[in-house]
Amino acid sequence: MTQSANNPILELRDVVKSFGSKHILQGLNLSVSRGESLVIIGGSGTGKSVSLKCALGLLKHDAGEIVFDGKPVKDQKSVEDVRERTGMLFQGGALFDSLKIWENVAFTKINTGKVSRKIAKQEAIETLAKVRLGASVADQYPSELSGGMQKRVALARAIIDKPEMIFFDEPTTGLDPITADAVNDLIVEQVKALGAAAVTITHDMASVRKIADTVAMLYEGKIIWCGPVDRLDDSGNEYIDQFVHGRAQGPIQPAM
Amino acid sequence: MSSTVFNPFAAIGRAFLGATSEIGRLAIFAGRTLWACITPTIYLREVLRQCAQIGFYSLPVVGLTAVFIGAALALNIYTGGSRFNAEQFVPNIVVLGITRELGPAFAGLMLAGRVGAGIAAEIGAMRVTEQIDALHTLSAKPERFLFAPRVIAATLTLPLLVLIADIIGVMGGWLVSVGALDFNGTIYLRNTMEFVTFNDVITGLIKAAVFGAIIAIMGCYQGNNSKGGAGGVGRAATLAVVSGAVLILASNYVLTSIFVQVGL
Repeated sequence: MTQSANNPILELRDVVKSFGSKHILQGLNLSVSRGESLVIIGGSGTGKSVSLKCALGLLKHDAGEIVFDGKPVKDQKSVEDVRERTGMLFQGGALFDSLKIWENVAFTKINTGKVSRKIAKQEAIETLAKVRLGASVADQYPSELSGGMQKRVALARAIIDKPEMIFFDEPTTGLDPITADAVNDLIVEQVKALGAAAVTITHDMASVRKIADTVAMLYEGKIIWCGPVDRLDDSGNEYIDQFVHGRAQGPIQPAM
Repeated sequence: MSSTVFNPFAAIGRAFLGATSEIGRLAIFAGRTLWACITPTIYLREVLRQCAQIGFYSLPVVGLTAVFIGAALALNIYTGGSRFNAEQFVPNIVVLGITRELGPAFAGLMLAGRVGAGIAAEIGAMRVTEQIDALHTLSAKPERFLFAPRVIAATLTLPLLVLIADIIGVMGGWLVSVGALDFNGTIYLRNTMEFVTFNDVITGLIKAAVFGAIIAIMGCYQGNNSKGGAGGVGRAATLAVVSGAVLILASNYVLTSIFVQVGL
């Protein structure tokens, strides 16, 4: 199924990706509009993370086409352009252990040398405030923070450069329900504030209902259902029903 | 039938292709990393941090190694030399052995263990926790931000460590010679200073710089290729030490041959 979208910022057209004999993506079609929040759901090992990594050029797809802002992403220059205009929140946060929190958040600003370290730190502290973290954490190291705080720092790092699009890889995994809900609220708030498009992959149905405008289900390397979040409970799709209700019985075989 | 007969050839072919492709990958990795070491942007703050990690914190282990090597070398040369009344050459052979061969080789091997494993484990952990992917998404190149600072730091600091190891190693030989073999301390040192040449020291330092680059490149390469969680990081650290040590010994022979050829 192909998701229809107006003014798409990102399109994946018939994307194929295999690892040896394992065919992970088998003709993935997906598009995301500006300002839209798309959530991709699906079982473990169905290729959700692989699709994000292909979109960001972290993995090279075997066939198909990825188009960002109307331009095909086919060489290193176009991949760099995508990365400069997008943010990414990794599953485990992926904060740099050796750097302080503010250095993590302001990494691109320090790295490019466009602003002084003093100004970069000030901007990092301002961005940390947007994700409800005080200035006191700025000089701490990632290992000194809880999992929920690390996710918020990762969110701050993803939004500091005001990206046009943000990818979230299982943003609430490993968090308690209350912290997860707080992170979901922050994601919604910050994505709306930026007017950015968002692509989130998650298993967490509470996150789906809170974050998504549109939901797409990935199964056996293809999108098998795509629709607005308010159609999730009456999709008429047995795969969606099984996944949403978390039943072991149904057409999807549990990954064991 | 024919497939059974040709199976050994297929296995040899696979092994050969695997080895050559690994060498190719390593060569490309080393080329990119060395290019990042000599072209902007160089992260000086990271280089200095790595100099402290790799150089300064390795001083105790290198110093201890050197003192014992020097002491054992003096005892062995004395024992061997006494067979043909050549005990008086202990200071000469100790300083020659330490500066040209044992100082750089042992410092290199100790650093392959301490630093090579550390680099591989750190970068391997960054690989499996997606920190290297995060670097890419933040438009930073790992070869510039992670690998080049480590290679620069190891290449710069290992010669300094070896220089210190040379002095400590000679003093180890002096301690044993004066304390246990009844040498005169002043004469021992005078003989050492009169015998050792600039070339003896500089060849050891050149070797040290090459060993430093090898240790850091192998640590970064194995760490960057690690996969599969904690087990993968452990394997990367082991491979970094083993491959680093083997390459140090092999390049030691090659460099010594070159120095002999050019008369250094």
